[in-house]
Amino acid sequence: MSTGASAGWPLWEVFVRGKRGLNHVHVGSLHAADADMALHHARDLYTRRNEGVSIWVVPSAEITASSPDEKDAFFAPSGDKVYRHPTFYAIPDDIPHI
Amino acid sequence: MAHEDENAYESLAVAAGGEERWAFGTGFGDPLAGVDTAVPGGVDAKALARECLALGDDALILSQRLALWVSNAHELEDEVALANIALDLLGQARLLLTRAAQADPGLRPPDAPAHIPDEDALAYWRDVAQFTNVRLAELDDGRDFAKCVARLFVLTTWRLAAMTRLADSPDPVLAAIAVKAVKELSYHREYAAGWVIRLGDGTEFSHERMHDALAWAWSGHDELFAISDQAVRDEVSRVVTQVREAATLLGRDKECAAQSVAGRDGEHADDLVTLLADMQSVARANPEATW
Repeated sequence: MSTGASAGWPLWEVFVRGKRGLNHVHVGSLHAADADMALHHARDLYTRRNEGVSIWVVPSAEITASSPDEKDAFFAPSGDKVYRHPTFYAIPDDIPHI
Repeated sequence: MAHEDENAYESLAVAAGGEERWAFGTGFGDPLAGVDTAVPGGVDAKALARECLALGDDALILSQRLALWVSNAHELEDEVALANIALDLLGQARLLLTRAAQADPGLRPPDAPAHIPDEDALAYWRDVAQFTNVRLAELDDGRDFAKCVARLFVLTTWRLAAMTRLADSPDPVLAAIAVKAVKELSYHREYAAGWVIRLGDGTEFSHERMHDALAWAWSGHDELFAISDQAVRDEVSRVVTQVREAATLLGRDKECAAQSVAGRDGEHADDLVTLLADMQSVARANPEATW
């Protein structure tokens, strides 16, 4: 395969919602010239085995990610604060997805 | 729910019914489930067989042409797209060739070993003159991507129009195959039309390339129209004009020489000889092989 064009096509992140899934989950990334092509490519690359019913594509450049260097500052402080979990009341049986 | 989200594919597989081998797909259906395969009374079995054979050969040969793009396309994403389309068409070819042999067992080539299923016997043991695909399907595109998508656009536009009407076929098997094919072809046409427009309405260079490619593909459309009724011809003309307009490729067409129904009658270009030699070599050399 030639590699000429790929340098020019931006990267996109792909999110797919499964048949009875409640939310879109990140499944991977791909190259495409624009959003429409990205959707088509996502359909061909990530739902060809009947996995999904809905696709989102997001330009990778538009995603702001937390830095691994800041992992402790960001996440460690919440690790020992059990009182932040609302465990003191009963959840009725017929309330799913909490 | 939260723990399922830790692995995206696990989550998808669970959502689709808990089958863990997501990589092999989930929730597939059999397009012929519950369909009676006996040829109904009042249907001309030989004519039905010819129709299935022609549609099956178009799909088989175009599928083989598209498969030649695998590992040769400009971009991995488009390579997978072309391979997906090729596989869809191969699936249609399998069902149609099987139906052709059911309707007319005389179609089965006598040279084919007895243990080979009908679909394989028809695909691998017929010679060039027995193939009834249109020539447009067999022509070598020389790995010109513009030609690849132009041919795909013309053929799938016609095939979608034809299959849409065959969904009402008096033969329940052909009708079920057509219902499945319509969904697949709608996507194939969208993919191909998208590229015709993108390249036609692109740079000066891509416009010229797409123009030449569409002229090349369109010169083969007479063969398709020769066996179509007026409604199919009208739909194809309307869709092609609409896409040409969006692709800024209107009004630049050269007159093309009228063609006969050559391919349907078994008259083929040398391109098909080469293609079949490649496609049939393994099956003929190793009739006992299974895959």
